[in-house]
Amino acid sequence: MAESTLFRLRDDPQDSSWAHGDPAVPLDAYQAGGTAVRLEPGDDARALIPHLASLRRIDIAFPKFREGRGFSAARILREAGFAGEIRAVGVLYVDQLGFLVRAGFDAVLPEKPFDADVARATLARFPHVYMKAADTARPVWLLREERALAAR
Amino acid sequence: MYRYDEFDQAIVDARVAEFRDQVARRLNNEISEEAFKPLRLMNGIYLQLHAYMLRVAIPYGTLDSRQLHMLAHIARRYDRGYGHFTTRQNIQYNWMKLEEMPDLLADLASVEMHAFQTSGNCIRNISSDQFAAAAADEIADPRPYAELLRQWSTLHPEFSFLPRKFKIAVTGSTIDRAAIQLHDIGLELVHGAEGEIGLKVLVGGGMGRTPLLAHVIREFLPVADYLSYMEAILRVYNRHGRRDNIYKARIKILVNDLGPAEFARQVEEEWAALKPLGLDPPPSELARIAAHFQPPVLDADAPVEIDLSNPEFANWVAVNTHPHKVPGHAIVTISLKAPGEIPGDASADQMDLIADLAKAHAQDEIRVTHAQNLVLPHVRRDALFTIWQALKGAGLATANLDRASDIISCPGLDYCTLANARSIPIAQKLAVRLAPQEADLGELKIKISGCINGCGHHHAGHIGILGVDRKGEENYQLLLGGSGAEDASLAKILGPGFDENGIVTAVEKVIGRYQSLRSGPGERFLDTYRRVGAEPFKEAVYG
Repeated sequence: MAESTLFRLRDDPQDSSWAHGDPAVPLDAYQAGGTAVRLEPGDDARALIPHLASLRRIDIAFPKFREGRGFSAARILREAGFAGEIRAVGVLYVDQLGFLVRAGFDAVLPEKPFDADVARATLARFPHVYMKAADTARPVWLLREERALAAR
Repeated sequence: MYRYDEFDQAIVDARVAEFRDQVARRLNNEISEEAFKPLRLMNGIYLQLHAYMLRVAIPYGTLDSRQLHMLAHIARRYDRGYGHFTTRQNIQYNWMKLEEMPDLLADLASVEMHAFQTSGNCIRNISSDQFAAAAADEIADPRPYAELLRQWSTLHPEFSFLPRKFKIAVTGSTIDRAAIQLHDIGLELVHGAEGEIGLKVLVGGGMGRTPLLAHVIREFLPVADYLSYMEAILRVYNRHGRRDNIYKARIKILVNDLGPAEFARQVEEEWAALKPLGLDPPPSELARIAAHFQPPVLDADAPVEIDLSNPEFANWVAVNTHPHKVPGHAIVTISLKAPGEIPGDASADQMDLIADLAKAHAQDEIRVTHAQNLVLPHVRRDALFTIWQALKGAGLATANLDRASDIISCPGLDYCTLANARSIPIAQKLAVRLAPQEADLGELKIKISGCINGCGHHHAGHIGILGVDRKGEENYQLLLGGSGAEDASLAKILGPGFDENGIVTAVEKVIGRYQSLRSGPGERFLDTYRRVGAEPFKEAVYG
């Protein structure tokens, strides 16, 4: 997999140095202080919670299309306050981008590169969301509440 | 009933645009069928034996006349003039062309309908009680809770790639018309100590290869927090449900493996982490939705007594209507099970007629039942004769609700790629054979599946039939003693299977033995079976 196929879902934050190039080690080889780690679907993302301060990138593996545990893993890491890069790696389709960005991923390294135009269109597709998740999108129930308050 | 605001409409419209784009990419060969398959499946589009099949969501089985007219239009314009109502309160069309599907979805969106998540390993259409807001036995209308669940589960970023499909049912009554004990999650509205409404939570029921009844994991869940609790259940399942074997991937297997107490503990632990995150909408959102479900204004002084001198009409009223919570009114079930016809099928003309009747006589509402019939929920008793006459003229006045010819059947090998055997012809033969004596038999629920996946709910049948493949031949197993109601139980296989004609004869023998064993005309087949056990029936069939 060439690094050039990396698809960024968010711009790098200006105040941090994300570790795009650091080699990610498997969870069972991870040692305290390491900056990049890779989670397989069966790994417990919560095992990383004590190390979030030193981690700069967490790769989450999607070995096949039906695999969905990584969506929970990413969200758990964001809920725990992780602010570094979370990268989805593996068998991922461009049509999943909306789910990935909402689950808290910053970048995707797909098995087959995405068509950039299709990816952009996919990310811009849905104007509203129904539920809170790990991104900054505000659910429609919040928009409705604000509108009702403003109308008063 | 619920009406979209501009947010709901924008999301559904975006889905149509997305699918239009996906179909265009497929038709241009920019994506392979292999890559397209998961995309179309997320829109309820299956490739069946003869053509594409589309499953349209009917959230909690509620329609208005405008929507049912649109379903009729779709049957005419895109199919062969028919639709098939399913056991998940949805409708399926069996003869679809892929290139026409985007226009079809746009037509649906124009009446606030969609095909979101009617297939795939995600949270499916939320089902509910077809008598909601009409039955005297409910403590509250379950549909606002179901609608909020619909919205919450639509395009959920964490739960769209679950180990397997996920089905949720909500009821507001202790009389269970929604089969909540046979769902991945069953929710029942209950009163708390102060009279406030909460939810009893059941998890891990299901049919298919490993039929199991659900376990109560929480007796009372405050409604203010129920979505975060659902997130907790789904997260435990998404992380720990089995993904190594498709037949062991449903949540029922996880609940069974962990034990309900340990599963509940893990859910509570996850919920403790999730609840403070502000995932639950404010009470105003549930109130906003509930305002769409205000009970209709009905005339409580409408006459209760009506002219029942026409015996055929009187029989239909006795069999196919239920008492309404408002005096002088009735709940009408329109049978889609005329003996000899395909269970659950309705023609476009029939749909239009029912929509017109709903508009004129039933507060503009129609419900779909999981038993594949339609319901007019709010009807004045003095309009029943007019309705019956209109239905009769369209072949829709069969008086067989919950009787022997009111058979649930999956599409089976006539349509479905998964099936091992045909279901529809068995249902047709049985219905024709049993209809003449069904009045004497009383309530008798026969359910037929054409494969072990159990879409025809055979495990919940008083009499269940399961079609299997035995050395290349269709073979039918006979199961007895199931129920999907509040007295839920799982039917058990009686003995060796039969061929197509043999199964019909076997069912007749079972029924004959029931008639000689029952304690009186009021004892249902199910009650007799529970009293005497399987042995006498085994003897009747195999002896």
